[in-house]
Amino acid sequence: MPKRGAPPEVNAGSMADIAFLLLIFFLVTTTIETDAGLDRMLPPIEPPETDVVIKQKNIFEVIINKNGQLFADEELVEVSQLREKAMSFLDNGGAPSGTPDYCNYCQGARNTSSSDNPSKAIISLKNDRETPYGTYITVQNEIVGAYNDLRNREAQRLYKRDFTAMEAAYLNPETAESLKDDLKEKVKNIQDLFPQKFSEAETSNN
Amino acid sequence: MSKFSKKKDGELPAVSTASLPDIVFMLLFFFMTVTVMKDSSLKVDNILPNANEIKKLEKKDRIIYIYAGAPTQEYQKVFGTETKIQLNDKFANATDVGDYILSERAKKPQELQNVLTTALKVDKNANMGIISDIKLELRKVNALKVNYTTYDGDAFRNLQ
Repeated sequence: MPKRGAPPEVNAGSMADIAFLLLIFFLVTTTIETDAGLDRMLPPIEPPETDVVIKQKNIFEVIINKNGQLFADEELVEVSQLREKAMSFLDNGGAPSGTPDYCNYCQGARNTSSSDNPSKAIISLKNDRETPYGTYITVQNEIVGAYNDLRNREAQRLYKRDFTAMEAAYLNPETAESLKDDLKEKVKNIQDLFPQKFSEAETSNN
Repeated sequence: MSKFSKKKDGELPAVSTASLPDIVFMLLFFFMTVTVMKDSSLKVDNILPNANEIKKLEKKDRIIYIYAGAPTQEYQKVFGTETKIQLNDKFANATDVGDYILSERAKKPQELQNVLTTALKVDKNANMGIISDIKLELRKVNALKVNYTTYDGDAFRNLQ
């Protein structure tokens, strides 16, 4: 029995129950989500001042029709073949040795009727208004994948590390500043070897 | 008779539960701090497509979200089943996207206004037409950095 005059003690035995109740509430409402996706830059709306003449052989045209079928370089291809085709186009290095466009790190077929140099090669993606979004993302994913595969190859050769890993470390806010400077240079070097020249033209209506 | 009374054999001492509230509170604080309350409820179907060459979206304060997809069951009577755009909490037309981006941009601190990313959360069954309209509007207001938000997974699953 409590002493007379002293306040009675509050029973704290149910504290755990109350805490459990709150805990369960927060457990149920929590969504720990980190969003991820494909990063793209849209072209600015002002047309470039000077018309740049691009050789047809330096353009790799990908068209998706409304049924989700794929035309790449004027032939019908399966989506699963797209990455391979895009890689062989980008990595072709068709300019002959000695010319300024010569690509000394390319391992492609050096076919003179395909792209001259990875920095000249452009992938153009066109789609119909009826194209399903899922197909479009798959195609985008494959093209980004083609670039990443080639960049990884060069990064492994030069720095013994994957490009995607270096880029992720560079973009991670937890990476130390001193490491970032080093990574920035390496990432930029690799990006210059295979720049993403990837144009998304206006949607066609037919 | 021994001086020290022997403990009774075969009886385990009870485990003290006095620290249980502390443990539970620790968990509680963890979940309280990591919880993010949803700021807008989805009125459209939003099953994102899969992709595997993805980058994480760091820094949530620099992102503007645009949702698109067919309206969910309860809104289908009013809005039909065609793909719609959702900005904040309401349905919108493609022409409203520009104003929305500008007003969201104005809400952000000055130093972030040039580095904003627009995250497009679009249902995988949507048509590209609406995406093209959004992209055109984004280009008009010079919001050129976009992120097609996807789930991490095999991209070929989208085709089925």
